[in-house]
Amino acid sequence: VLLAHGAVDSSGLTQLVPALPLLIAGALYLFAYRRVSRQRVGWPFARLACFLGGVVAVAVALLPPLAAHDEAFPVHVVQHLLLAMTAPLLLALSAPVTLALRTLPRRRRRILTAVLHARPLRVLTHPIPAALLDFVPLYLLYLTPLYGYTLTHPVAHEVLHAHFLLAGCLFASATVGVDPLPGRASVRVRGAVIVLAFAAHATISKAVYAAGPGAAGAPDSSLHEWQLGAQIMWYGGDAVELLLVIAFALQWYRLEGKRYARSRQSRASASRDPVSSGSPPTPADVR
Amino acid sequence: MTTADREHGNEHMDGPGTLDTGRSIFSGVLVGIGVAGFVDETIFHQVLHWHHFYDRSTPTVGLVSDGIFHAGSWFAVVTGLVLFADLRRKHAWSKPRWWGGWLLGLGGFQLYDGTIQHKWWGLHQIRYHVSIWPYDTVWNVLAVIAILIGVALLVRARRPEPAAATR
Repeated sequence: VLLAHGAVDSSGLTQLVPALPLLIAGALYLFAYRRVSRQRVGWPFARLACFLGGVVAVAVALLPPLAAHDEAFPVHVVQHLLLAMTAPLLLALSAPVTLALRTLPRRRRRILTAVLHARPLRVLTHPIPAALLDFVPLYLLYLTPLYGYTLTHPVAHEVLHAHFLLAGCLFASATVGVDPLPGRASVRVRGAVIVLAFAAHATISKAVYAAGPGAAGAPDSSLHEWQLGAQIMWYGGDAVELLLVIAFALQWYRLEGKRYARSRQSRASASRDPVSSGSPPTPADVR
Repeated sequence: MTTADREHGNEHMDGPGTLDTGRSIFSGVLVGIGVAGFVDETIFHQVLHWHHFYDRSTPTVGLVSDGIFHAGSWFAVVTGLVLFADLRRKHAWSKPRWWGGWLLGLGGFQLYDGTIQHKWWGLHQIRYHVSIWPYDTVWNVLAVIAILIGVALLVRARRPEPAAATR
């Protein structure tokens, strides 16, 4: 896997190595989906579609033809958008952990729960550390010679791709993930982090445009290519941000709807039978 | 779930609902900021190509401000619309306050963009290779007018409230 990238003349077969774990992941989710679908409480098809979409996004980023040309900056930026933003968003909306908890045998389920509650993961899945882990390296990557280093060192290149995907998944699950997290941040904190994180992304995109390829240690890249890449980063970031914010807002809308329906119900039963009802009276609305 | 909500909409005693004035203004402000940002991006950057993506004279603080407002306007338009839908669902939407907030958000963003971002930080100009002052004047005067009408709407919306509360 590690040597598959960067070298243009590597054989076609090694370039296909990333397909293997992706196929396994897709097959596992499908298998679990079929098992859960037979249970009393099913599993939304949309989540399956999100997971498969996420796997496809990773595949497009890591397999040829894209991966064979990723020494070009615009191609690298498309990979960045797919690996660090699009795929994580889709994966976070597919609730893979919940699906695993519903299908794993009891002992393994307990192990998974213990891992999820482990302190380091609890810290990392808070939106603020997750966003810092996602966007500070981005600054270092494109505005210091780090990017040039990843172009000449295949291992660093692979590590970068893995970082994109993992940090992106942390950020997406901390902000819009459907899986239950221990100690999930409030809707205000998550909203503020979303704005600031995408502001950082937009700022870095423009700074990259302004600084040019020299600052990133990639003097071989032409200025035109570099500026094209920066603009893809800016506008592509918009597209993913829009999707993420829609998911965030609709999740709140649905939750607020449930809360509202519940308050109406308790209010209705209180007005029908104010003595026996356990819910507190609502003085403001009952005239 | 939402359709079920609507079907039960008028059954209970909360009738027209208590207006959520604060959230109505907030929702309007958000959508106003979002619309201003959207018009700026689509009309002036993309369609007319008047604005430039990047101007050599931009300082770092300008880039950060640009990034915040760029990311913020997408966030604002989506969350503002969802808040609006929520207010309608709860029969808590105050129309004059929402529009007052909308004008305030729109004008506020445009004035900020036209004075601090364009002029002070020199992020980019409204248009290039022309005499710039008529553009700047129209831009900022329109922004101030929007803000003034917005404030007037909000002030007027406040006035009948004591009467409505005592009924």
